[in-house]
Amino acid sequence: MEVHVRIRRFDPDRAGGAYWADYAVDAEPGDTVLSVLNAVKWQHDGTLALRRSCNHGVCGSDALAINGRNRLACKTLLRDVGPRVTVAPIAGLRVVKDLIVDMRPFFAQYRAVKPYLIAPDAPPGRERLQSPEQRERYDDTTKCILCAACTTSCPSYWSNDRFIGPAAIVQAHRFLFDSRDRGAAERLGTLDAVTGVWRCRTVFNCTEACPRDIEVTRRIGEVKRAIVSGSID
Amino acid sequence: MRHRYDAVIVGGGGSGLMAALHAARSARTAVLSKLHPVRSHTGAAQGGIGAALGNVGEDHWEWHAFDTVKGSDYLADQDAVEIMCREAVDTIIDLEHMGLPFNRTAGGRIDQRRFGGHTRPAPLPDQPDRREPAYRACYAADRTGHMILQTLYQQCIKHDVTFLDEFQVVDLIVKDGTCRGVVAYEIETGELHVFEAPATLLATGGFGRMWQVTSNAFSLTGDGNAVALRRGVPMQDMEFYQFHPTGIHRLGILISEAVRGEGGVLINGRGERFMERYAPMIKDLASRDVVSRAIFDEVKAGRGIDGRDYVHLDVRPDTVNAYFERDGVRRPDGSPARITADDVRRKLPDIADFARTYLGLDPVTDPIPVQPTAHYAMGGIPTDVDGRVRVDEVGSVMPGLYAAGECACVSVHGANRLGTNSLVDLVVFGRRAGKAMAADLPSLQPQARDLPEEPERFAREALARLKSDGGTERAVEVREAMQRVMTDHVSVFRVESGLKQALDEIRELQERFRRVRVDDRGSRHNQDLLEAWELGCLLDLAEVTAATALERRESRGAHARDDYPQRDDTDWMVHSLAYQTQSGVELRYKPVTITRYAPKARTY
Repeated sequence: MEVHVRIRRFDPDRAGGAYWADYAVDAEPGDTVLSVLNAVKWQHDGTLALRRSCNHGVCGSDALAINGRNRLACKTLLRDVGPRVTVAPIAGLRVVKDLIVDMRPFFAQYRAVKPYLIAPDAPPGRERLQSPEQRERYDDTTKCILCAACTTSCPSYWSNDRFIGPAAIVQAHRFLFDSRDRGAAERLGTLDAVTGVWRCRTVFNCTEACPRDIEVTRRIGEVKRAIVSGSID
Repeated sequence: MRHRYDAVIVGGGGSGLMAALHAARSARTAVLSKLHPVRSHTGAAQGGIGAALGNVGEDHWEWHAFDTVKGSDYLADQDAVEIMCREAVDTIIDLEHMGLPFNRTAGGRIDQRRFGGHTRPAPLPDQPDRREPAYRACYAADRTGHMILQTLYQQCIKHDVTFLDEFQVVDLIVKDGTCRGVVAYEIETGELHVFEAPATLLATGGFGRMWQVTSNAFSLTGDGNAVALRRGVPMQDMEFYQFHPTGIHRLGILISEAVRGEGGVLINGRGERFMERYAPMIKDLASRDVVSRAIFDEVKAGRGIDGRDYVHLDVRPDTVNAYFERDGVRRPDGSPARITADDVRRKLPDIADFARTYLGLDPVTDPIPVQPTAHYAMGGIPTDVDGRVRVDEVGSVMPGLYAAGECACVSVHGANRLGTNSLVDLVVFGRRAGKAMAADLPSLQPQARDLPEEPERFAREALARLKSDGGTERAVEVREAMQRVMTDHVSVFRVESGLKQALDEIRELQERFRRVRVDDRGSRHNQDLLEAWELGCLLDLAEVTAATALERRESRGAHARDDYPQRDDTDWMVHSLAYQTQSGVELRYKPVTITRYAPKARTY
């Protein structure tokens, strides 16, 4: 089938700002949007810039706004979006070139929640014990691939980019609910601040956007409740 | 721009991050990565990481080592294998202490599952050498690599490791036989940077993009191997490249061996579980080379699904339980093995997701169409057991240069790698290399600052040529031609005529590559330019792969020659070393280190 793809282009070294460009490529319904973008790049215009790597939805490079919704291009099939596809960079981060955005603010917010196990006691000679139920408690948030699809679909983030955003809270959740972690108090300053979890207005865009099917809004709610109930301190 | 560090690590995957954590404890260390590190392909590893923890049934590192050596078809260096399998145990414990969310047993220990080629003794009176699959693969659902990559990156943040993201290394700085740093291209600006460092580690991963159907990311183009090769470093055992038996048909996306570890079986077009014929003892859990050849043979005999070029991977509970019952498979506690739909969804969630996304099917109710997919390089940059790069057949080291992970060849995988052992290799030898870099610094520092004049010149000229006018070839066409010829002639089965043809064609493609021009003349995020440059890397490595495969006149592990179907321990129990010279590839050979496992016939 012939696919018509409209791509948001931007070259910082050329006058005129961002613009829409249209391309037509041959593709199959089972092909991904990423394969269409590659076809544009390899057959029509080598200057098109986008990040991509693993090609099957696990590296998190190619979160894009596809027909207005944040998805991974390599995990979005044409049969699900139809023969007319619009592709733009994810919103809320500075566009560097074409579909590439500056991810540094996103990763700075990720770092702000101290996304690592905080366990000051000397570990035992063998593994720490953790029951399957304790492991299950934070399983959902271990799946995060830091693609930024959630954060850049969040209206609260769009209106105030100092909000740490859903992805950082997901990362905090992964440790707060890990029975081995003792770092809740250290993370509270970031999470309970005005730019922390309370900026979340439970719009659910993040849950819808997550390509890893993480129940993002629900997990943010769990972090909020933990702060209120004082069970993280 | 010039930068100075004690240690520069090229690549932000598992081995690079592990090395960084250890080097950074005492050395000023920077990690350069062409991707943001969390995008690295370590994150795509699925099924598990092997270590003889013995949490699910008795196990010993010596059993792991035996399986690794047998899996390697006796080409692995056994001293290195022993180190890997012994240190795997406490490295896994280290990872748990770092926070890695392993699945757990009912008692709270790290859970372990079965995996291809990992066995334990199960003698019967009439079969004293009988073995059965061992529960050795520590895992986190089917996202083990993701968890390792995330955990190591988290630890790097905790320990404030310096990262330079989206810096692509395009040359090594070598003077008087010593490595003094690297030249890197900053992707965001197009600027070339010189990194002076007494110790440089290459940890750039694999080069599966040489073939049409691959499990490898777009980024896996062998950059580290190619820059080393061009600076006089040989590549070891490049004729051994692993095709994973179960890639999604046409797409190549990996379907973990864990599917078979959990009981999944391969079924041909006649509905037969054909691995019973090829590996009577452990059947679908035989080594990958054995299973990939079996699939090729079935397809060639017209027994693919509907006579086509794929077979089915069937993990439907009814199928699995029927074969469990037939084979009398028991859990380590002695109870009969069984799986449920819930087990499949819980233990293999990503596989279920891939099947649903890309094929529109559910592995609980539908078999998955699979074919072998280019997956892993056993060969690479020769190193000692501390990551120091060796440049000849007597083991001379190039001071200042280290390598670890898939781009390196220690050699622990020999002619065929066992499943889970890539992750073991990354963490064990990444750690050893990081420690060695820090420890070696005092002896390396005196000569490090003496750089050649204009060290970035070679890289600048190579990139400028790709951007210059007058070229007539397009990189995409040359790349597709390379992938076609490698798939046709340098894949699971090989034969002299095909290899000769491949070598000729690759040399023609190298000529065409000299005339490639790119569309994008800009300096920011010029992927057109970098993709073309990466193609040059792949072509150089393809030439070495074909040349070494042509020369090795035997069949061993992943190198199966139709014209030399037997393993030949008399003439070919040797590692190859391939050098790039003006007149083509020059080959030398060096002996294999054998400690306790004497070579014998390899049957599963």
